[in-house]
Amino acid sequence: MGELVQLTAFGLTEGEVLGALGRVKVRDVDYADLYFESCVSESVSMEESLVKRATKSVSQGVGVRATAGEKTGFAYSDELTKKDLELAADTARYIANSPSGTEAVPVPVRQRPTRDLYPIERAQAEVATAERVSLLNAIDAEARRYDPRIKNVMASFNTEYKVVLVATSDGTLIGDVQPLSRLQVTCIAEENGQRQAGSFGGGGRVGFEFYHEGDRYLRYAREAAREAILNLSAVEAPAGVMPVVLGGGWPGILLHEAIGHGLEADFNRKKTSAFSHLLGKRVASEVCTIVDDGTLPGRRGSLNMDDEGTPTGRTVLIERGILRGYITDKLNARLMGIPVTGNGRRESYQSVVLPRMTNTFMLAGTSDPEEIIRSVDRGLYAVSFGGGQVDITNGKFVFSASEAYLIEGGKVTRPVKGATLIGSGPEILTKVSMVGHDLKLDEGIGTCGKEGQSVPVGVGLPTIRIDEITVGGTQR
Amino acid sequence: MSQQIQQRDGYSQLAMDLLVKAKHSGATEADIIIADGETFSVQVRLGAVDRLTKAREKHLGLRVFVGKRSASTSTSDFSADSLNQLVAETCILAKAVVEDQVSGLPAADQMAGERPDLDLYDPTRLNTEQQIELAKRVEAAAMSTDERVTNSEGGDFDSSSGRVVLGNSHGFLGEYQSSSFSMSVSPVATDPETGAMQRDSWYDVKRKFAKLDSPEAVGLEAARRTVRKLGARKVITQRVPVIFDAEMAGSLMGNLCSAVSGYSLYKGASFLAGQLDKPLAPEYVTVYDDGRVVGGLGSRPFDGEGLSTRKTTVVERGVLKSYLLDTYSGRKLGLASTGNASRSVGENPSVGPTNFYLAPGVKTAQDIIKTVKQGLYITDLIGFGINMVTGDYSRGAAGFWIEGGELAYPVEEITIAGNLKDMFAGIEMIGSDLVFRGRIASPTVKIAEMMVAGS
Repeated sequence: MGELVQLTAFGLTEGEVLGALGRVKVRDVDYADLYFESCVSESVSMEESLVKRATKSVSQGVGVRATAGEKTGFAYSDELTKKDLELAADTARYIANSPSGTEAVPVPVRQRPTRDLYPIERAQAEVATAERVSLLNAIDAEARRYDPRIKNVMASFNTEYKVVLVATSDGTLIGDVQPLSRLQVTCIAEENGQRQAGSFGGGGRVGFEFYHEGDRYLRYAREAAREAILNLSAVEAPAGVMPVVLGGGWPGILLHEAIGHGLEADFNRKKTSAFSHLLGKRVASEVCTIVDDGTLPGRRGSLNMDDEGTPTGRTVLIERGILRGYITDKLNARLMGIPVTGNGRRESYQSVVLPRMTNTFMLAGTSDPEEIIRSVDRGLYAVSFGGGQVDITNGKFVFSASEAYLIEGGKVTRPVKGATLIGSGPEILTKVSMVGHDLKLDEGIGTCGKEGQSVPVGVGLPTIRIDEITVGGTQR
Repeated sequence: MSQQIQQRDGYSQLAMDLLVKAKHSGATEADIIIADGETFSVQVRLGAVDRLTKAREKHLGLRVFVGKRSASTSTSDFSADSLNQLVAETCILAKAVVEDQVSGLPAADQMAGERPDLDLYDPTRLNTEQQIELAKRVEAAAMSTDERVTNSEGGDFDSSSGRVVLGNSHGFLGEYQSSSFSMSVSPVATDPETGAMQRDSWYDVKRKFAKLDSPEAVGLEAARRTVRKLGARKVITQRVPVIFDAEMAGSLMGNLCSAVSGYSLYKGASFLAGQLDKPLAPEYVTVYDDGRVVGGLGSRPFDGEGLSTRKTTVVERGVLKSYLLDTYSGRKLGLASTGNASRSVGENPSVGPTNFYLAPGVKTAQDIIKTVKQGLYITDLIGFGINMVTGDYSRGAAGFWIEGGELAYPVEEITIAGNLKDMFAGIEMIGSDLVFRGRIASPTVKIAEMMVAGS
């Protein structure tokens, strides 16, 4: 069971909250909610072997929302007095054009999430700054030990501790405590006047001990150093259409960009997604089954409940190549007459709820990863990526490799410089001909941006072969 | 009004009080930034209000130095208890990090003296109905000009106003007010034959409401930009001249701006490290960062550390003449600050552009397109395929194929690739069409040759 968050954490009484909820849930409002949030973010960072920066940021506020038909009225405040709540409620209900007054709302039933996906022994906030400092110092030493060509190491450790409480007009009052942390390492390597960078990191809704398990933090340091050194010898990437093998884990960003965003319910309700008319149709090859799962313990994209108080779940998006479902929030589920999937998320109390992904990944197949590489005569093997982006309307998406190799005659040969891969969402997965048995989830570094809001997400992928995709290198 | 003045004086007083408290808690130096503001935003979709947002917000950022150690904190909770705790915690945090020899406030005699009025604030207040009406008009204009525009992601109108108070332990205390009004629309067009959809958008943003383009002009341009993408196809992989339209050339200036940021440079994380006073581009290329443009979206009387903003020539006749620096990154590089300190709440200090732009040439975009026999005119770029350490560049693109000096047909699902050093060196022509719709702007730019990957 998750934690029971009390209204007193926000200095409010049930009467005040009910009053505000009644004030916003006027006649023509279909649904209203109040979202209380308090968040403490901390960061320590190191460069030039010195842990010289520490920051801490505290925010607290309430977002008040009313939906009526397709309309959303929204107001937020960083003051939590009765007066501020009432003012926000009056703004939010403006869209309903109803006479003002107060409507009786059901007295919410106090709940706690039915599961606890992120029980934490020791909250990050309780970890002394000195311990974080020594972690970063050890990372610096490890990366420099890896290779003398490593000239600078930059590392940062960011933690967030968020307490949320949602009161809804459909009668729930539920809270959650959501820890999140991330350790990121970037190395700069230099040789013969040439510089290159390599990055690695990880995290999740985990405690400080996570970074020490199996000396994970030292592995991050070595991986960042390895990528930087490797890229020193990288040759120009090829340009044009070719087969591409994606390694497991973080390359799952392909799924996030190519199909995930296109399956968010808002775009499909508005019929502005390239997937709008494809439910029940084939959008991928038989070997592809893709899910969005917010219930994986400790993962960066996981949540006990979404930001509307709905328990997160596991939604099958594509089953053996057939498009099965969209990911939804309450508003879009209601308007489309489809199930609520627990994907209503917001960056903070200052932002509106949108349907968003949690952890999106492809289920393991049956192929041997080595056999997949052997099947390619000339192509690219990409194992790590920077960011990606999609135009959901025409379906074109990109994602940029940061560690990739040429495949020549069925063998992985030289490393190549980063290149952007571009394809079309509704088509690309029909070109997946082999799926490995080696499903891997990413290390816990993903942040997804939509309408200016950032939320933490996860991705995962087994090794796969894409028969053809355009690779944006510089060499013919 | 009187209440507003009272509150404003209140923030100056609050800043000074907290600086005194920081000294009592062990800080040898400190600075504090307080920002507050109001925002309003409305989105209309298919003629009806889709989303309406209204809020007031406030933030306070504190940076303390305990000798050569430093820490930064921020909060939106202005209660006395919470602020007292914040001051104490910030000093404790600073003591937990190591000494950094170049850390500290700017020298006391460097602080901005004059505070010019840059005309950044417009007291115009629009009521809710007026703003909804503007959003409706911009969307209606986009939807009504061409029957192939079949849908919409919405028309938006946003307004905001706020002020910034900055004080430090040298006794500097400054403040300014600013406002912004913006309008945008994202129409969706459908190809009547294939059913394929395309989306684009257009926008305007100004500090003064009266300076904003009309909703009709913005809507019309959005529709034009969307409909012309219908029927886009791939082109074959080849090396050709590439023209960046003014918006996309602006993104190139954004890349340059990141590369000349003092923080990237001293870390060795920019391809322009060590390139000061060396040629970057042909002699007709000049780039400025000007914090004193009257009414400019990036203008401000003083920077995030209280130093005077100014006009910096970043690239002069093709030669890299200046980086963008704050006090810290300047000291790391042995250079003086350029007045580009940027403070965002909860973040480490950094540098940012004010109004950063490529000086315009004399040719129209049309004239530049005419010089290309076969090549690409870029109107969209997506993705993050830029390695700032090496300058390697590879991004998804869409636009138009140029055949015999004319835009022949729309293209998509291609990439353009090269290296930013070669791209800047390869600038062949610069347009006359410089318009600011943000802090970073550029006219149309033609680059001699890039690799285009397609089919």
